[in-house]
Amino acid sequence: MTNRFQIYVLILAFAGLAILPFVGSRYSVELATQILIFGLLATSLNILVGYLGAASFGHAAFFAIGGYACAYFLTTLALPLVVSMVGAVLLTALASLVIGFFCVRLNEIYFSMLTLAFSMLIWAVALKWKPVTGGDDGFVGVAVPEYLSNYFNFFLFTLGVVTISVIVLMIVGNSTMGRVFIAIRENQTRASFLGVNVRRMRLIAFVIAGTFAGVAGTLLALYVRGMYPETAFWSQSGHVLIMVLLGGMHAFIGPLLGTSVLTLLEVTIGQHTEYWQIFVGMILVIVVLAAPEGVYGLVRSVAKRVRGQQDDDA
Amino acid sequence: MMMLEVDNATKIFGGFTAVNKVNLSVAEGETHAVIGPNGAGKTTLFNVVSGLITPENGSVTFRGEKLNKMMPHDIVNVGIARSFQRVNIFPRKTVFENVQVALLVHAKLHFNPFRQAAKLFRNEGMELLALVNLADEADRRAGDLAYGRQKQLELAVALAANPKLLLLDEPTAGMSISETKASIALIKEIVEKRHLTLLFTEHDMNVVFEIADRISVLHHGEIIASGLPDEVRDNEEVKRIYLGKD
Repeated sequence: MTNRFQIYVLILAFAGLAILPFVGSRYSVELATQILIFGLLATSLNILVGYLGAASFGHAAFFAIGGYACAYFLTTLALPLVVSMVGAVLLTALASLVIGFFCVRLNEIYFSMLTLAFSMLIWAVALKWKPVTGGDDGFVGVAVPEYLSNYFNFFLFTLGVVTISVIVLMIVGNSTMGRVFIAIRENQTRASFLGVNVRRMRLIAFVIAGTFAGVAGTLLALYVRGMYPETAFWSQSGHVLIMVLLGGMHAFIGPLLGTSVLTLLEVTIGQHTEYWQIFVGMILVIVVLAAPEGVYGLVRSVAKRVRGQQDDDA
Repeated sequence: MMMLEVDNATKIFGGFTAVNKVNLSVAEGETHAVIGPNGAGKTTLFNVVSGLITPENGSVTFRGEKLNKMMPHDIVNVGIARSFQRVNIFPRKTVFENVQVALLVHAKLHFNPFRQAAKLFRNEGMELLALVNLADEADRRAGDLAYGRQKQLELAVALAANPKLLLLDEPTAGMSISETKASIALIKEIVEKRHLTLLFTEHDMNVVFEIADRISVLHHGEIIASGLPDEVRDNEEVKRIYLGKD
């Protein structure tokens, strides 16, 4: 799912982003920070959707767990930043192991529904566990360290964390383990008759995806300086799933592309009309109907037609 | 000791007894055919042996090890690989990728999230494809191959697990006469080369009598005869019930 072309695009994009804070406006840097955080969330979800072939409708749960845990460790427990982030990510990994243990027993829509149910459970906890999460009002006033308190430094920090995470996810995707995830997506019966314990592999994928959603969550908590129950709500899970589908789930860079396109659409159309959701919705319908492989698939088929040759991508 | 022993296995699907108190023994190195009319329970028997379904009663023993509680992936790992009656491959992946993923699972690399897969098992994969005469198709999409060639690919995928016992469910189903001949010659050659024990089901009697060392006849879920090809051919009950002769 990753070819040389995609790697070049990634290198170019991240190099461009590294220059951005030195040349761009504060607004553009803030927007890029958001895209990076949600791009990482979408890329982590794609381990399940694109590689393993299991559509999670509750991925935001792990985004929220990572965020709340980081906020709590950093603020309430006053732990150092690195300890808070690593601790929050480990806690998210543990949560995805427990939730995944039940979810991976099911397939297809039943899997999706159970992930949805668990995420609503996490949402309810965030809403009701007031002493820890702040309940309805959210966790307000995360104690972000001084050196990350300006937008410039925070962007570079986010860029660093997201770059490392994306590289790790790409390595996992292209690894022998990633190949077996794809084999499970393509034909679960055949995979098990190769000697693969399908359920165990699905759990491993679930934990990897959840863990990196947790990483994105810690960044969100630091960026917003707060955490709110809506982060775990089903609409957030749906939003990130749309990013994956819009960009193209069968390409590694698809989710990053989808996140960029959707975020930019939302803000540009949002500047012109308060009914921006209608227009974004219409564009999504058109993309899904005209390009089932998402924006990446569209770009690829156009490029193929222009060059009149086959690509080596699958 | 027999390599594979099915002892008194019964499988009932909602009141229908697909396999009834079946006993079957396969010796190491033997090529053993299970024949019988459609619906006789051949595929069910294969599914019981390979762990896809669990029998109500009885046991399956492979080299002294009970397989009853094992999942299909555990059974592959003790040395039994299979093909399916309807081709079961990764149709959207290339022919090479099909055998590559099978090889890397056999090498237990599916637990390694860092080892990059792209260049692994080039030689081993091409060797396997050469064995089934598919080397020249390595880069084609598996689903685009002709049906007979997809069956050959599935054979290569099964062989990647380096099995001791190979189960082939109707290896020539859907093939033309010439394809069937070529395919049987190929299977025979591979079984000899790799010293495999082969258990297969087949509808084509010529094929069966050509390559089987022993034959078991399944009828309404029961084994009605089992023995050398000549014994089975001369068995009165087989003639009457199965071959339709008086």
